[in-house]
Amino acid sequence: MIYRENGQFKTTYQADQQIFTIAQDKIFVLAVIAFAFIGIPFLVDEYLFRAILIPFLILALAALGVNLLVGYCGQITLGAGAFMAIGAYAAYNFFIRIDGMPLIAAILLGGLSSAGMGILFGVPSLRVRGLYLAVATLAAQFFCDWAFLRIKWFTNDSSSGSVSVSNLNVFGWSIETPIQKYLFCLCFLVAFALVAKNLTRAIIGRQWMAIRDMDVAAEVIGIRPMYAKLSAFAVSSFFVGVAGALWGFVHLGSWEPAAFSVDRSFQLLFMVIIGGLGSILGSFFGAAFIVVLPIFLNQFLPALGSLFGIAISTAAVSHAELIIFGSLIVFFLIVEPHGLARLWSIAKEKLRLWPFPH
Amino acid sequence: MGFFIETLIGGLMAGMLYSLVALGFVLIFKASGVFNFAQGAMVLFAALAMARFSGWANAALGGDSLFLANVIAFMGAGIVMWIVAWVIERLVLRNLVNQEGATLLMATLGITYVLEGIGQTLFGSEIYSIDVGMPKDPVIMFESLFEGGILINKEDFIAALIAAILVAVLTLFFQKTPIGRALRAVADDHQAALSIGIPLNRIWVIVWCVAGVVALVAGIIWGSKLGVQFSLATVAMRALPVVILGGLTSVPGAIVGGLIIGVGEKLSEVYLGPMVGGGIEIWFAYMLALVFLLFRPQGLFGEKIIDRV
Repeated sequence: MIYRENGQFKTTYQADQQIFTIAQDKIFVLAVIAFAFIGIPFLVDEYLFRAILIPFLILALAALGVNLLVGYCGQITLGAGAFMAIGAYAAYNFFIRIDGMPLIAAILLGGLSSAGMGILFGVPSLRVRGLYLAVATLAAQFFCDWAFLRIKWFTNDSSSGSVSVSNLNVFGWSIETPIQKYLFCLCFLVAFALVAKNLTRAIIGRQWMAIRDMDVAAEVIGIRPMYAKLSAFAVSSFFVGVAGALWGFVHLGSWEPAAFSVDRSFQLLFMVIIGGLGSILGSFFGAAFIVVLPIFLNQFLPALGSLFGIAISTAAVSHAELIIFGSLIVFFLIVEPHGLARLWSIAKEKLRLWPFPH
Repeated sequence: MGFFIETLIGGLMAGMLYSLVALGFVLIFKASGVFNFAQGAMVLFAALAMARFSGWANAALGGDSLFLANVIAFMGAGIVMWIVAWVIERLVLRNLVNQEGATLLMATLGITYVLEGIGQTLFGSEIYSIDVGMPKDPVIMFESLFEGGILINKEDFIAALIAAILVAVLTLFFQKTPIGRALRAVADDHQAALSIGIPLNRIWVIVWCVAGVVALVAGIIWGSKLGVQFSLATVAMRALPVVILGGLTSVPGAIVGGLIIGVGEKLSEVYLGPMVGGGIEIWFAYMLALVFLLFRPQGLFGEKIIDRV
């Protein structure tokens, strides 16, 4: 009853090609965005902003980028963390070394540098495929880990190896409190999600999907694999780089290369696969799942222990977290290999008929 | 010249150690098409089991016979790895048949977390040592040929020897035994193997078990070298370039790849490292593998990837 498209006729091609072809979808998504902008700042306390919402927004942006590459273009990458690092450090250098560099410009330039490196590290994809490529992308990861640790120029010769930024402001508004940071990240995320959605609907996204489904066949029907693959690497790295810059500038404030280690790359790939490959919505689900789950387990396990009168040591909690996290991932992969986004669309299908399934 | 050869030999022996870990990847990929990221965690798990069992057995025997304690511990750890293989097959692989490579890869990453968590819960998370009586003292050889001779680490030499023996045994096992033949059939074509009556599930348990034993041997050697601790799981990251360089489906590839990577790493660290600030071993290995892949996308000895529309 809730979800019914009866009476919504499309009379033009244009109407058929909208992002949301069903009115309910459009209203729902717009309501969610409005709530995120207006409702949440009044409802949520600082801890939630810091611990969950800001990381969620930034990692969702990174997951979007990874999804464009892995989900839409079919090139598995294990080096996403490296591109976050490139984005963060490039933005840092633009921000520090050029006087009066606006914050947004620095972040976008960080993204562009990341895109450039993405093209460079994407070149092997023209020759190497599948799991070989996945392992080869680790080269980017370890190279960046090394470069930002050892080459002092990138960290502005800081003695401790960690870099920090302060006094962030955009057009005269300072970004200090968690709410301001949250809104700043939210603006980025909404804008980039729209871009991603439109890219995947446009010719370039269709080329990526053709390459993903079968690259030889795509080549035969006239898609240039070099252009399609490298553009996917560039766009994906741009998204991930911007997310990395936000992660460093807005979320962490001061950071060192370990913030973008290989674990981060795995985390991003988890988000994309648990959320749903080739789905914009899935990136959000995946990011929410991966961000919230460890925090939930961290809070929930000691509480559960004290319920039964067992005091669980912190070491035991962290081990139990690992075990539960790992098993849940395997569980979700088994139950729904196509990710949470698929569960969502199944739910929508059910809602069409509810409450009178025939 | 002596120094160069010394580095070269050091690299070759380090390479054998990498190929030990790489072997585990190749075995599982060949038989089940799963790129097993959990190999590193398996190495850690096996080494933890071995270290603790040998400690307990030694205490139970009153410290009389270290050798006997180690044998008991080896058997115990072997049984543990068999249980791990069985559980993984039963709970994970069986339910993920016919899924895409990326999904399987992620599942093994999930297994990695579980194994790391369980291993540290069961066996504790301190640093343990494994003492299998390997000589630690280096020896100097070929003193007559080069000035100052060549320094060779006895421990590395024995480890390389064990790795070589293990590879020979595995090759025999694959080529000569009925189970090995079944394994090769499964690796060739799942469906065809199933249709001539090879039980796929049992084969997978066996192959994970063999990979578990390989992980155990790797864990013992690496563990006695570095101490058994959490960072042992990252050995897998060092072995990955070996796997893709040699080819995902080739046992000899794992060996040759290991040797190339080992030598490349050591030479680059010694001759190139000082110029750029050191610590380049790990990414240099990946770059080296990448260069080889640009010429042979399926690795040196991997099966040729043929695309059909």
